[in-house]
Amino acid sequence: MTESIIEKDRQVTRLTPDPELPGRLERTWRQHGGIWGWLTNTDHKAIGVRFMVTAFIFFLLGGILAALIRLQLMRPENSFLGPDAYNQIFTMHGSTMIFLFAVPMMFQGFGVYVVPLMCGARNIAFPRLNLLSYYLYLGGGLLMWIGLLTNTGPDVGWFAYVTLSGPGFSPGHRADIWAQMITFTEVSALGVAICLATTILRHRAPGMTLNRMPILLWEKLVISIMVIFAMPAVMVASSLLLLDRLVGTHFFNPAEGGDVLLYQHLFWFFGHPEVYIIFLPGASIISTLVPCFCRRRILGYTPIVVSVIATGFIGFGVWVHHMFATGLPQLSESFFTAASLMIVIPTGVQFFFWMGTIWHSRLQLRLPMLWVFGYFFVFLIGGLSGVMLASVPLDTQVHDTYFIVAHFHYVLIGGALFPMFAGLYFWFPKITGRMASETLGKWHFWLFFIGFNITFFTMHFLGLRGMPRRVYTYSPDMHWQTLSAIASSGVIFMTAGVIVFIVNVFRSRVAGEIAGNNPWGDASLEWATSSPPPAYNYLYPPTVNGRDALWDALPDQPVVVGLRDDIRETLVTHSLDTEPQHKDEDPGPSIWPLLASLTISATFVGSIFTPWAIPVGAPPVIITLIGWLWPRGHSPTPMRGRESWSH
Amino acid sequence: MIPEATFHFAGLLAQAVPLAPGSHNILHPGAPQGSHIEWLYWFIFWILLAVYVLMIVGFTRAGAKSRVLSREPLPISEYPEGDRRAKWAVGTAVAITVIILFVVLAISVATGKRVAGMTTSKNPVTISVTGHQWWWEVTYPNPQADQTVTTANEIHVPVGTPVVVLTNSADVIHSFWPPSITGKRDLLPGYSTAFWFQVDQPGVYRGQCAEFCGLQHAHMGFSIVAQSVSDFQAWQQQQLKPAAEPTDQEVARGRAVFLTHTCLMCHTIRGTDAGSRVGPDLTHLASRKMIAAETLPNTTGALAGWIVDPQRIKPGARMTPNPLAPDDLQALVSYLRSLQ
Repeated sequence: MTESIIEKDRQVTRLTPDPELPGRLERTWRQHGGIWGWLTNTDHKAIGVRFMVTAFIFFLLGGILAALIRLQLMRPENSFLGPDAYNQIFTMHGSTMIFLFAVPMMFQGFGVYVVPLMCGARNIAFPRLNLLSYYLYLGGGLLMWIGLLTNTGPDVGWFAYVTLSGPGFSPGHRADIWAQMITFTEVSALGVAICLATTILRHRAPGMTLNRMPILLWEKLVISIMVIFAMPAVMVASSLLLLDRLVGTHFFNPAEGGDVLLYQHLFWFFGHPEVYIIFLPGASIISTLVPCFCRRRILGYTPIVVSVIATGFIGFGVWVHHMFATGLPQLSESFFTAASLMIVIPTGVQFFFWMGTIWHSRLQLRLPMLWVFGYFFVFLIGGLSGVMLASVPLDTQVHDTYFIVAHFHYVLIGGALFPMFAGLYFWFPKITGRMASETLGKWHFWLFFIGFNITFFTMHFLGLRGMPRRVYTYSPDMHWQTLSAIASSGVIFMTAGVIVFIVNVFRSRVAGEIAGNNPWGDASLEWATSSPPPAYNYLYPPTVNGRDALWDALPDQPVVVGLRDDIRETLVTHSLDTEPQHKDEDPGPSIWPLLASLTISATFVGSIFTPWAIPVGAPPVIITLIGWLWPRGHSPTPMRGRESWSH
Repeated sequence: MIPEATFHFAGLLAQAVPLAPGSHNILHPGAPQGSHIEWLYWFIFWILLAVYVLMIVGFTRAGAKSRVLSREPLPISEYPEGDRRAKWAVGTAVAITVIILFVVLAISVATGKRVAGMTTSKNPVTISVTGHQWWWEVTYPNPQADQTVTTANEIHVPVGTPVVVLTNSADVIHSFWPPSITGKRDLLPGYSTAFWFQVDQPGVYRGQCAEFCGLQHAHMGFSIVAQSVSDFQAWQQQQLKPAAEPTDQEVARGRAVFLTHTCLMCHTIRGTDAGSRVGPDLTHLASRKMIAAETLPNTTGALAGWIVDPQRIKPGARMTPNPLAPDDLQALVSYLRSLQ
């Protein structure tokens, strides 16, 4: 094989098929077997699926908590749960769904699985960091759930406002567990954000210039950057909280000059971008599925990309609308009202272009597209009721009532869960090689759609009739019981829907129809390889000729050659024009991410109990990092840099 | 003008189930500010409903006209002519969206000004509300200390008079929210803020803590009793008096029980030795309709049950159980019931 790859000048020699190449690549790229292999796996597909499965298990656990909440509130003065149990349960429900399900599923899960394939890369950038991120996420989840099972579940709300979460009002370790769970999951999200941003910027297939990047990749890039800016704020908040609780600092203690609003600003500076970190992955799935099932190119590629970027910026300018009830000056209230209304525009642009795409098309309403239509119906309600919340006077009424609970479940379930199911059904054949059952999928859809609307539409009325959030019970004199019972009844349908989904997954992955490479006829690169893809993703890394890679592919679309097959060589391209720049070696399976995550976890968990955990825990962390970064014996590519690709 | 019939339809949408009696409802305000906000709610509601219907009709129509029933992936089509028109349509839709948002912004800011700005020239009544886990300390500050009324959970206000509320918190963040009167305001430890409201119709309006504040967040209600100016003044005069002296032996014994047990470590009864400010001021407890922050009616039985075991009624409440002898308990309750 020659060292020159580029077919730019179209002077390419036709490749002679090398029947032994798949075998050699397989040997080079395969992971270890058995438990050791599981612990050291750096294949982005395996880690992506692991993120998805773990996040889905946390979704089920969070769902069980939600069902317990609805059981308790089904009737007034119910004695099913006491306030102590209830507070732990609603805190765990919110924290689990946001930190352990929504972000890890929508951002990490889909991102880690799909992005490298869509870029045409052999693996994700920094695969060991990716693996470490998974372990830390798992560690944070286990920490909080072990906390709940040992009666130290966090009980101060998923937002953990001071002073309630401070040392004076939350003795014990419940709030500490919450704060450290934040540290775990946010470090994990940061790690994956760096992996994905690097993959998107440096590992795209030649020809996939910025102007040809699939919208999903644009959105993942924007989200990664948002994560990098938003997560530090909440980590600062939770770390200062931990210092207040553990070391006796007074950042948030008003009696000693600390400030309770400082915490809220830090928390919501993360918290509102977080909503878009959850919403944009959903939108990216919609922008991927709509053109595929409409059998046409998406209308308005550029305005959609600009909207996504605008959302990323404006998303950082709206956080104060969570604090309208604190009594801010009217000028700042008006500013944040305007910003919160402004963010409607880029979202509206996306919806209009989706509608325009469907308008002139040949729509095939396959199962994933059914969920996309569910998204339109459901998310719009939440998005529009959000307009009300931008208005300060209205917000002071409905803030912290069941109206808000209804609103954000429409936004989050509509904006994340519906696209998630759409995406899971869409990529199921790629992940498993088999099609999911459409019949079961439709049952799943209708059960979930009906149950969801019964439960959450009803909550609007409860809120307007004055029911505050986070109350463990209410008096029959308030006459909330009928509506509450209706809301609770929807749980039955949603549960049934999710059970049908699980049955579908387990049945279809062994008994489903064989999918083939590209069952939906989609345009993006992941459908060019086999289902499921081999360890090395592509026999020859692809090149791209247009925005819709496979639809625009020439009959003899060139491929990348010249990567060694005896070591894990990957191609690094220029971020803007994807000119090949150099080759990099993928580090391959390693036990060090696991060891590093264990030492880091021990330090994090230890610091719940004593500040000495940091100095005592730091040396083992450093040792594992040294081991991780220890130079390997051979230099993978003697030729580095541009000269290897001169043309 | 929106016709009457549409309002009826809106009523059906918002109150599919019969209305709660009593006043704890955003859409049934009994005060001018609540009415402004209710008007704003319906104004935005109708705009949003129209937008939603248009969007859903659009998506449904688009889906219905484009749908083909083939399962095999069809080849890719292009619609240059249609897309050109669609782009114009999208541009128009975005322009309309921007206009709608500007209207919403303008109306919202205008309503905000009407709600926040004090519009009457009448002398306001000033009330200081301090949040505690899990009750409301209410004082009517007066430059003369002996003219300052202190009570708990039941806020009396004169109708037609602006009421300025100074907020404070003794422990964690609470939020003061009487839905039928006005929006909520957080009580932040370390911050003192002020807002105002006014009630025009006499009546009892319920409110509740709206910011999660710990174990008994659910049982942190209050009531606003709006009464005529003369009734309000009479109430204020009554509240300024020290506690009534015992009139019979049972009540006198009750007072002795109060002063010799743990009660006095937390509560004030003016005119006696009990002067602690940890718990609610009980000087005129019997004049209040409810106890334990709107949790129980102020009856002999409820009071006795509360004193003996508050933890059964409000688990986590700061008041400890009081295993009193039956006759001590009876005397104590008689005494408390005498504190008009």
